[in-house]
Amino acid sequence: MIKTFAIAAVAALTLSGTNAYAAGAAGEIHDVDFSFEGPFGKFDQNQLQRGLQVYTEVCASCHGLQYVPLRTLGDEGGPHLPADQVRAYAEQNFEVFDAELDDTRPAKPSDNFPANTGAGAPDLSMMAKARAGFHGPYGTGMAQLFKGMGGPEYIVAILDGYTGEEKEEAGTYFYENTAFPGGWISMAPPLSDEQVEYADGHDNSVHHMAEDVSAFLMWAAEPKMMARKQAGLTGVIILTIMSVLLYLTNKRLWARVKGKKSA
Amino acid sequence: MSGIPHDHYEPKSGIEKWLHSRLPIVGLMYDTLMIPTPKNLNWMWIFGIVLTFCLVMQIVTGIVLVMHYTPHVDLAFASIEHIMRNVNGGHMIRYLHMNGASLFFFAVYVHIFRGLYYGSYKAPREITWIVGMLIYLMMMGTAFMGYVLPWGQMSFWGATVITGLFGAIPFIGEPIQTWLLGGPAVDNATLNRFFSLHYLLPFVIAALVAVHIWAFHTTGNNNPTGVDVRRGSKAEAEKDTLPFWPYFVIKDLFALAVILVVFFAIVGFMPNYLGHPDNYIEANPLVTPAHIVPEWYFLPFYAILRAFTSDVWVVMFASWITGGIVDAKFFGVLAMFGAIAVMALTPWLDTSSVRSGRYRPMFKWWFWLLALDFVVLMWCGAQPAEPPYSTISLIGSAYWFMYFLIILPILGVIEKPLAQPETIEADFEAHYGKSETPAE
Amino acid sequence: MRPASGLENGEYLVSHAEDHEGTRRDFIYYATAGVGAVTTGAAVWPLVNQMNPSADVQALSSIRVDISGIEPGTQLTVKWLGKPVFIRRRTQPEIDEAIAVSLDELPDPDARNANIEDGAPATDPNRGLLPPGAEEGSESEWLVMMGVCTHLGCVPLGDAGDFGGWFCPCHGSHYDTAGRIRKGPAPENLPVPVAEFVDETTIKLG
Repeated sequence: MIKTFAIAAVAALTLSGTNAYAAGAAGEIHDVDFSFEGPFGKFDQNQLQRGLQVYTEVCASCHGLQYVPLRTLGDEGGPHLPADQVRAYAEQNFEVFDAELDDTRPAKPSDNFPANTGAGAPDLSMMAKARAGFHGPYGTGMAQLFKGMGGPEYIVAILDGYTGEEKEEAGTYFYENTAFPGGWISMAPPLSDEQVEYADGHDNSVHHMAEDVSAFLMWAAEPKMMARKQAGLTGVIILTIMSVLLYLTNKRLWARVKGKKSA
Repeated sequence: MSGIPHDHYEPKSGIEKWLHSRLPIVGLMYDTLMIPTPKNLNWMWIFGIVLTFCLVMQIVTGIVLVMHYTPHVDLAFASIEHIMRNVNGGHMIRYLHMNGASLFFFAVYVHIFRGLYYGSYKAPREITWIVGMLIYLMMMGTAFMGYVLPWGQMSFWGATVITGLFGAIPFIGEPIQTWLLGGPAVDNATLNRFFSLHYLLPFVIAALVAVHIWAFHTTGNNNPTGVDVRRGSKAEAEKDTLPFWPYFVIKDLFALAVILVVFFAIVGFMPNYLGHPDNYIEANPLVTPAHIVPEWYFLPFYAILRAFTSDVWVVMFASWITGGIVDAKFFGVLAMFGAIAVMALTPWLDTSSVRSGRYRPMFKWWFWLLALDFVVLMWCGAQPAEPPYSTISLIGSAYWFMYFLIILPILGVIEKPLAQPETIEADFEAHYGKSETPAE
Repeated sequence: MRPASGLENGEYLVSHAEDHEGTRRDFIYYATAGVGAVTTGAAVWPLVNQMNPSADVQALSSIRVDISGIEPGTQLTVKWLGKPVFIRRRTQPEIDEAIAVSLDELPDPDARNANIEDGAPATDPNRGLLPPGAEEGSESEWLVMMGVCTHLGCVPLGDAGDFGGWFCPCHGSHYDTAGRIRKGPAPENLPVPVAEFVDETTIKLG
C-alpha cells in the first residue's frame, strides 16, 4: 500500500512538470553544459563578464534589462566587477530619466539597466527563465529533471540557429531559425563571428558568444542562484540530520510498545 | 470532549486551579495532545501534520512577502522582482511560498486518497470528510488567487480563463463574472480583491482545520483496519491506543523531516520546475500565451472541464433536454464542480459495511484504477485539447464519475469482504508481536 | 525529553533492567530536542532579517554628489537617507565672519562633525569639509551638513536669519555661516554627516 502510494506520488510529481509541453513546431534545442548547472554549479565569472560585453555591444541596442540593478554587476557570484568599474560602466553606457531632476542623466550603480522598448524587442531581464528548452518525453517534462529548464539553452539555440534564409511578409522581414517556434523569427541574426573582441582572448565565434551571453542572461534572471543553492543545501543537510535523529528517537520510543515479532 | 475514555488534565497547584476554573486552555491542549490514537496507524497517517505545517509555512512566508509586495497592475510584477533581487533572503522566501503550494496540494491529495482507501469518510466521520472537502475547495480558491498576484502572463490568462467559467452559467453568468472581476476584464480591481481574499482565506482554512480536528477527535481516528477502538473502559481503550504525544507526534515529525528534505532540494535546486516559464513575462492583456496550462494540482479537474465538448453525446443530450440552456461550456463547468461534489458525497455513496479497503478484495482494484485515473487526467490536463488527449480525458472523466456514482454503491452490495481483525490490538500484535506488557 | 507524565501506559514499560541504557536514550532525546531548536531558530532568522533594509535601500546609503556647478555663495540641497543635505560653497567674507566668532558666544560649543573626533570644539575649521590636498586644520570654503533643524526637524532656509546663515521658519532658530546655532530654541549646531571628497568635483556622502 505504502509503496504503491509512493510510486503514484513520484509519478504524479514528474507528470506535473507537464506544464510546458512541446509545441508542434518547437525547434531543436541542444543541451549545453553550463558551469552553473547542478546542485553545486557556479556561475563562471569570466563568462559572465564576456556575456555582459556581448549584451552591451550587441543586444542592448534593442533589448532592455529593466529589472536588473546595475550595482549587482559588482555582486560576488555574479560578474563581480570592482565598484569603480561598475560606476564607470553605468555612466558610460546608459542614460536614465530622473524624476527629481525631471531630466535624463548618466546612470548610477543604484539605477537599474534602462528599459528599451524602441525596437519593440522583449526585455531580457527574465528571458532565461521565461523560456523552457526541454519538454519531453511525451510532454511529461521529466527531461527538465536532468537537463534543467533549458532557458539558457533556448537562447543559445536561437542565436546560433539562423539558416541564412529570409522572407518578407507585409513589410516585415523574417529570418529562418531552427530553434524558434514556427521557424521564422523577426529578429535579424544579431551575432557574426568575431563581432565582439574579448579582452581575455576567448573564442569569439557565434556559438561561444551565444553561450556567454546566455550565461549572463541566466545570471540576470536569477542573480541569487548561488545563494539559493547554498540555502537549499544547508536545508537538506540540517533536515537530513533532523530526520536521522527523529528516526532514532521514534525507534526508541516505540521499542517499548512493539514487542519482538514472533514468527 | 467525548469519545475514547482517557485521562484528563487535573490542575494541581493553586495557580493551575485558578486558571482552569476561568479558562480551561491547558486542559484543552492536554486533551488535544494526549488524545488516544489507534496504535496501528501506518505511514499514510502522517499527512495531517504535514498539512498543518504547510498551512503555517504558507501563512508565515505569505505575511512576510506582503511586506514587500505591491498589489497594483503597474507595480506587482516589479515588486516580485524586488523581492527576488533586493530583499534580504527574499528569493528564498518567495520560492518557499511558491513551492509550498505544491507541497500543500501533494500532501492533501495523498491525504484524500488515503481517506478514500481506508474508508475514513464512512460513518461516523462524515462531518470530518465534508469539512475536509471544504478545506480543499478553499485551498483551491486560495492557490488560484495567489497565482494571479505575481501578475505574469500565466497569472493574467489563468485568471481570465477561470473566471470565464462563471460566465458559462446561464442567464446570470455574465453579471456574476463582471462582479467577480470588478470590470469587463481582469484588471487592477481584480488584482486587488484577489490579493485581499488570498490573505483572508488561509485564516478561514485555519478555522476549518480546527473544526476538522475537533470532529475527528470526537469520533476518534480511523485506522488501517477500519475497526473501532474499544471504548468499554479506559483499560480496554488503552490496549488499542497510545497517546498522540509523544508517540505519533515524533513519528509524524520524522516523516515531515524526510518530506522536507525532498522539498528543500526542490526549492534549492530546481524551484521553477513546477512553474510556468510564461509567468516570468509580465501580464499583457493583448497577447495570449501559446498554451494556457494551470498549475499541476488543478490539472485533473481542468482535464474534466475540457473533456466535455459539444460532440459528446451526453452533452448533446443535456443540451437537447434543457432546450440549449446547458451548452458544452456550462456542461464542462458542471462536470468540473460535479467531480468534486461526488467526492464530497462519498460517505453516502459507499454502501459497504466494511470501512477499510484492506478487507475489500474487489474495491481495491477499482480504487487503484481511480488513483491511476487521477494521474492520467493530470497528464491530459497539460496536453493540448486535441485527439488523442481529448478522448483519453473523456474516458478518464467518465471513470471518475462512474467510480463514485455506480461502482461504490454496487460494490457494497455484491462484494464479499475478507475477515477483519477482532481488535486493533490484535492487528498490532500480528504486525509487531505481543508487547512486553507486564502483568497488572 | 522523556514522555510527559500521564503516560502510565508507556511509563511502566521501562523496566529497571534497562537502566544502563537510559543515558543513551536520554542522549538521543536531548540531541533531537537540541537540533530541533537550532533548526527552528535557523528557520525564524530569515523571517526577521527580511525586515532589515533591502539591497536597493542599502545602495543609497552612500551617494556621490557632483559639486562642479556650485559657485561661491551658492548652495546645493541633495536628498540623502530621506533627508536634505546642504552643500554650500562659502564666500571669503562668510568664512571670515564665522572664524571671527569666539567659542563662548556659541550656545553649542561642540563641532558636531562626524568626520572628526567626538567633542571637538565648534571652530570654523572643525565645521568645514577639506578638499583633497588641503592642509589639515585649515579653513575650507565647503560646508556640508544635514539640513534638519536640531529643534524639531524642520528644514532651515538658506541665506537668512540674523547671522547670515540659516533660519528655521518653524520656531525661529538662527544659524550662522558655519551652520552653528546662535539664537532660538534649537539646542545644537547642524550636524556634519560622514562625507569626503573623492576627487576635485565629487563629494561622497556616507
